[in-house]
Amino acid sequence: MKSAVLVFPGINRERDMARALKLASGNETAMVWHADTALPKGTDLVVVPGGFSYGDYLRCGAIAARAPVMDAVRDHAAKGGLVLGVCNGFQILCESGLLPGVLMRNAQLKFVCRDVHMKVERSDTPFTRGYNAGQVIRVPVAHGEGNYEADEETLTRLEGEGRVLYRYCSAEGVVDESSNFNGAAHSIAGIVNERGNVLGMMPHPENHVEEIMGCTDGRGLFAGLVQHLEKAA
Amino acid sequence: MKARVTVTLKSGILDPQGKAIEGALKSLGVDGVASVRQGKVFDIELADTDKAKAEAALKAAADKLLANTVIENYRVEVLS
Repeated sequence: MKSAVLVFPGINRERDMARALKLASGNETAMVWHADTALPKGTDLVVVPGGFSYGDYLRCGAIAARAPVMDAVRDHAAKGGLVLGVCNGFQILCESGLLPGVLMRNAQLKFVCRDVHMKVERSDTPFTRGYNAGQVIRVPVAHGEGNYEADEETLTRLEGEGRVLYRYCSAEGVVDESSNFNGAAHSIAGIVNERGNVLGMMPHPENHVEEIMGCTDGRGLFAGLVQHLEKAA
Repeated sequence: MKARVTVTLKSGILDPQGKAIEGALKSLGVDGVASVRQGKVFDIELADTDKAKAEAALKAAADKLLANTVIENYRVEVLS
């Protein structure tokens, strides 16, 4: 798997992401600067990592979404290439129009930094094939604006087309109000675009990939991507 | 030429910040506050002196960057 991690000013999870990608694929990951206009040749997966691009000025992800490199990401996605956005990366993908909806302030107005549980809704996608459908995984979140909102029509489409891949739940897998810590519509933690090749998610799977982190539940996502690309090759 | 772009949340969009401000105003004893919605104001100076051109440029600025039209409305005013 040839992956590229985008680097914007203010991003701070790019090295965690590169480490997780290397662990899963065995290959070095290319770090791509926001002002670049092209991705490295043969890039399979583009990752928009977490952090605070441009200090969250204007709206989270708004300025990064208009960076020169994003045109190359749009072309990559239009050709069916895989794109993964985590946390600020999810906000950037929504702002860039690659994913529908928007990430609003957490309903409780608090920055939440802790482990949460999420349910894997289906296992037949490149982003979830490392898990079983219905599996509950534990992953960290660290965000103040992760409250996913979209109009009713968009939410109905997302649900109808099975595009909600990850949903917040309790440790036992119950999706309810008390486990929906940021108030997201339909407890949405992660969604894909219509074509299924662009995923945005708020939690950080890259921070649960090694024993020393205390949990390895995030590995499945990266292992699944590697498997998917090996099968496609 | 001076201009102002005002960005506000569309009605029906949850505004937790506005709600918190509303609560604070009420706890301060400011009378008669029914609700608060928070928005943004951009004061922009333009090199162009043609009003129609300026308005077109401001509209483009709002559509492309200043507002997220999924959740926000905007208003463009050329002030002088």
